[in-house]
Amino acid sequence: MNDIGDARSVSSAPDSPTMVRVLDRPRPIKSPSSPGDKVFHGVLNAGGFLVLVITGLIATFLILKAAGVLHQIGWRFLTNFQWILNGNKIGVGAVLIDGVIIATIALAIAIPVALALAIFISEYAPGGLRRVMIALVDLMAAIPSILYGLWGFFFLMPRVIGVGRWISDHLGFIPFLKVPYTTFIPGQFENSTLLAASVVSLMIIPIVASISRQVFSQAPVNEREAAYALGSTRWGMIRTVVLPYGRGGVIGAAMLGFGRAMGETVVIAIIISPVFTIVTHIPESGGNSIAALIANFASESSPEMLSALIAAGLVLFVVTLIVNALAGIIVARSRSGMEDTD
Amino acid sequence: MSATTSPRRPEGTLGRPAEADVRPGAADGATKPPPRMIRLHAVSAEDVLVPAAAAVAAIALVWYPYENVLPFSGVLGFWVCWYIAFLVLYCGVTGVRAGRRAMVDRGIAAATTTAGIFVLAVILEQVGYVALRGWAAVKHLNFFTQTMVAAGPLQPLTVGGIVHALVGSLEQLGLATAFSVPLGITAALFLAEIGGPRAQPVRVIVTAMTALPEIVAGLFIYTMVIITLGLHYCGFAASLALTVMMLPIVTRGAEVILRLVPNNLREASYALGGSHRRTVWYVVLPTARAGLTTVSILGMARAVGETAPLLFTAGFTNEMNANPFSGPQSGLPILIWDFIRKNPTQTMIERGFGAGLALMIMVLILFSAARLLGGKAPGEMTRRQRRRLARDAAVAGPAPNPPSPPAGQEAQWQGAGL
Repeated sequence: MNDIGDARSVSSAPDSPTMVRVLDRPRPIKSPSSPGDKVFHGVLNAGGFLVLVITGLIATFLILKAAGVLHQIGWRFLTNFQWILNGNKIGVGAVLIDGVIIATIALAIAIPVALALAIFISEYAPGGLRRVMIALVDLMAAIPSILYGLWGFFFLMPRVIGVGRWISDHLGFIPFLKVPYTTFIPGQFENSTLLAASVVSLMIIPIVASISRQVFSQAPVNEREAAYALGSTRWGMIRTVVLPYGRGGVIGAAMLGFGRAMGETVVIAIIISPVFTIVTHIPESGGNSIAALIANFASESSPEMLSALIAAGLVLFVVTLIVNALAGIIVARSRSGMEDTD
Repeated sequence: MSATTSPRRPEGTLGRPAEADVRPGAADGATKPPPRMIRLHAVSAEDVLVPAAAAVAAIALVWYPYENVLPFSGVLGFWVCWYIAFLVLYCGVTGVRAGRRAMVDRGIAAATTTAGIFVLAVILEQVGYVALRGWAAVKHLNFFTQTMVAAGPLQPLTVGGIVHALVGSLEQLGLATAFSVPLGITAALFLAEIGGPRAQPVRVIVTAMTALPEIVAGLFIYTMVIITLGLHYCGFAASLALTVMMLPIVTRGAEVILRLVPNNLREASYALGGSHRRTVWYVVLPTARAGLTTVSILGMARAVGETAPLLFTAGFTNEMNANPFSGPQSGLPILIWDFIRKNPTQTMIERGFGAGLALMIMVLILFSAARLLGGKAPGEMTRRQRRRLARDAAVAGPAPNPPSPPAGQEAQWQGAGL
């Protein structure tokens, strides 16, 4: 690291002929740290270590406090569908799957838009507009989730009832898009999984777009020029150079977006009306996710319920940690993740 | 954050063979007129007229069949149909005029541009809608001077306000910043300056924690601080939960910034005999100051809007509580959450939007501050810094052998000159 720092030791060598021969051999490079540096390194190491400790503490405390319910119910906590405290029926089976459904739909909406946005910013937008767009995407990521929730609930919800009905009427041949109804009741389409997933997708678009853009803009300029020299159009260049180069980064970004969508709390809790079955008709009212479940029961604090909520939180924590760590490794391993590795 | 502008090919230099055709002709003699300059980035009339014509034609095409022939109704559906018709017409015209490859190229260009416009529209929509709905509450001055103690759900907007939540949000944010920024920058220094194999797991964990579910952060602090340590709901616990959210964001961003510090600055410091500690303190950190500030403020902008970490930690109160260490303390997000869920009467919803507008303004202020301070390469100086440097240089006079740089300012200047 700081092997250059001890260059001064050369000057202290006495210039006798015997020493010259000694100096011919490669000098072992080691950096004697001053006491100040030792303290400094200690502080830095402690800082890095502390981050690991905090993550470990989160897991430890969640496991400790969830132990009561988990010991009582065991693995069935993952497969039970109901949320009833009595009689060992409690479990996150349906809620976990509903959350995955929401995150998957959100990702399916977000990825095409985010990729198009990233390509637009890194390849098509002229210089001034590019800076503005980068700032706007960052701003979109910084808008508080409660405001997305307000907007989704009060603005979007009354306006998408027709869309939900149209989807059910005309795309109902796809099983999960069908909402069985005899008389049309607007409420049946209001608090739907589809609406929650659309709003969540708006929240993960900036995340996916911003990582993808960074990766795309690092595509080597000589390969771009080579593609142009072979007579490629701009899209031809993007398809053959930029997209293959950024593949790993995009996959990682999508997984980070998925993790974020899994953990999204407030928007889902505000929009959706909670159910404890697996959602089969996504334009229909009703849905759930682990984070929304916890938020909805936050004010009910009987110890058993709390332990169950913490167990649910633990499941969520483990799922997102696995997804995000995989995403991080994929981004770092990809040829494009130069920022992330040495 | 890391505004890495891609080194880009100037458009039109290679893609247009016309340029190559002009130059040999010019070399022939003085009789011919000088070659016309080819303007790069030129927009031809066709580039503008074809999309415009396609847009108009699409409206004309969709106008009648929609509602009358097709099984659709509503404004949204009209524009979706219009957009599809526009894309088909635009690609069709380009395809007829310039061939299939140009057609695909233009089609993709149109689609990606649409994504840009879509995002722009969503942001304007968000900000505009909250501002519009929130104005009803915000225009009453008492909204920012009173608490909700005297105001019930049915009372008009001229009574009651959110000053207690403003105070709570600012205090919680301040505490969280005081905890997470020093720790985050230390961890980032560990990743960037020490590095090595030990840093890899930390980096992976930090990346994973950037997407830590907000609610889990709240639950963690709840189990640790409130159940185990026996504290009650308070602003301090909320700020700890916000710290857990902010820490990975600051660490990750700061590491990227620290890596952008040119290595020759570090080497210059080592060559002058500086220890690692002094190199970091006097060279690396001052050079990265703007970027680190930006990262910290972006982390604050993210933390101030978090709702879920507060659900289990801050508690809720209608009273003013300026002491974050005792008693429940409302923050803005939790106040909005409570207003629109507990008693969603018309006035409470208006108040919720008013608080949302206040929150949005706080985020926008933080965000603009980050943009104003940031957006500069490491070591790039502000105009004020450059003036000061010029003044100092004028006072000192031309020195043939300047003394070794005692502070980062000198190193920074060298870095800027390279």
